[in-house]
Amino acid sequence: MRYMAIVKATEESESGRMPTEAELAEMGRFNEELVKAGVMLEGAGLLSSSRGARIQYSGSNRTVVDGPFTEAKELVAGYWIWQVRSHDEAIEWAKRIPFQAGEVELRRVAEAEDFGESFTPELQEQEARLWAQAAEQAKQ
Amino acid sequence: MTETHDAVETIWRMESAKVIGALVRLTGDVGLAEDLAQDALIAALEQWPESGVPLKPGAWLTAAAKHRAIDLFRRNERFRAKVEEMGRQTELERNMGVPDPDMLDDAIGDDLLRLVFIACHPVLSRETRVALTLRLLGGLTTEEIARAFLTPVPTIAQRIVRAKRTLSAARVPFEVPDRAALPARVASVLEVIYLIFNEGYAATSGDEWVRPALCEDALRLGRILAELMPAEPEVHGLIALMEIQASRLRVRVGPAGEPVLLLDQDRARWDYLLIRRGLAALERALTLGGQLGPYALQASIAACHARARTAEETDWERIVALYDALAQIAPSPIVELNRAVAVGMAFGPEAALEIVDCLAAERTLATYHLLPSVRGDLLAKLGRVEAARVEFERAATLTENERERALLLARARSLRSE
Repeated sequence: MRYMAIVKATEESESGRMPTEAELAEMGRFNEELVKAGVMLEGAGLLSSSRGARIQYSGSNRTVVDGPFTEAKELVAGYWIWQVRSHDEAIEWAKRIPFQAGEVELRRVAEAEDFGESFTPELQEQEARLWAQAAEQAKQ
Repeated sequence: MTETHDAVETIWRMESAKVIGALVRLTGDVGLAEDLAQDALIAALEQWPESGVPLKPGAWLTAAAKHRAIDLFRRNERFRAKVEEMGRQTELERNMGVPDPDMLDDAIGDDLLRLVFIACHPVLSRETRVALTLRLLGGLTTEEIARAFLTPVPTIAQRIVRAKRTLSAARVPFEVPDRAALPARVASVLEVIYLIFNEGYAATSGDEWVRPALCEDALRLGRILAELMPAEPEVHGLIALMEIQASRLRVRVGPAGEPVLLLDQDRARWDYLLIRRGLAALERALTLGGQLGPYALQASIAACHARARTAEETDWERIVALYDALAQIAPSPIVELNRAVAVGMAFGPEAALEIVDCLAAERTLATYHLLPSVRGDLLAKLGRVEAARVEFERAATLTENERERALLLARARSLRSE
């Protein structure tokens, strides 16, 4: 099973301050542990919300709101995708993240079968196609 | 309380290989090491609910197991004799001074790698290597291994007990094999991991067509191995092969549990995270240079499929070339059969049928359902409908997988109605 570990933003991460060398080194060691254990599938840090945007939907209308956004705790500053054997294992890894403050949210990545009947084959296909395009673009 | 209990069990799974690795180095004996590690687990189950989980639980478990080993060495005559027999007393005595809970990462890695080589040692039968690897490196319980392989628990338990006895009797050293022995020993390790993967990927028996948890275990073992032996191209080749194959797991089975073959799969639903990882691992294998080994070649073939956006875009000529290369270094009737399929796609069914007919006399394929299945497919393409139907029916009687049998019979029926 896969879990996404979502790193919540903080005032500091939103301020655009980059991690110190010591913090980076410590995070590097943690990531290395994940890789060595065969747990790490991918992960990335996100820039502050001032470099992002929100798109709101209402029927066929789209409203684009540019960042930055307030309420740092509701924002995401980074993520990992882990392959683990259990919910408990995901928690155990999350406990080992070398953070001094802040919050990480763990969410299990849905497999197609978790959507049940409402997720029709056509929808599944569409969704996967989007992912495929995203993956393709990421390569370029 | 139970919450801590679960946490201890989880941490145990995550750390047990390292703990056992350190203890085998100390005692020279896998059976002893596992017993001592189990003692450490019991100590953790007793103490952690009171004291809380220590900051470095893996180091705690290792230190606890070492203490226990040293204690036994001092007090227990039989244990001392055993350790001395394995030539490990100096290692143990050296550890008696200051047990260091903060082992060096290098030492942990070395111990893990040695443990891999012991678990996959050629003195053990293939199925024993598989069970021991899952147990020692994967942290699976005997019950879980039994369930995964649809084997009775006592059978697996006995297999593991006998394995430990065999290793002990043969005095298999706890070491990374020397340069001369290394290629064959690495091949044995890779084979074990791929066997585990395949057991999950193409369940050889039972009603289920895929058991993804086993695939995930194999992938994890492979990724761990790649970190331990980063300079071995075939390790990356194997990971590439497994990641790309696993990317198709969720579309290999249709809604009714029936198998969906590669060319009929909905490619939009492949797992592109795994494909990306697989292609990156293949790149790593290719960058390391040298002649491509069997896993890197198979991964290259899998990559051809992964890169094709539609089945029609598949570069079959390149796949034929890769199979030609594979047939050179790792000839087998199965490779030949796969080559025939690729030749059929690249150069037409006639050329492929020639290869398949050469395989008809192959005794190892006499009960292999894919031979008549492939032959049936080629005959159908050539319009020889009646002969094709007979082949599919024959294939249906040979497969051990219920879902696959249904698929083959359906194909045979569809030919009858034409």
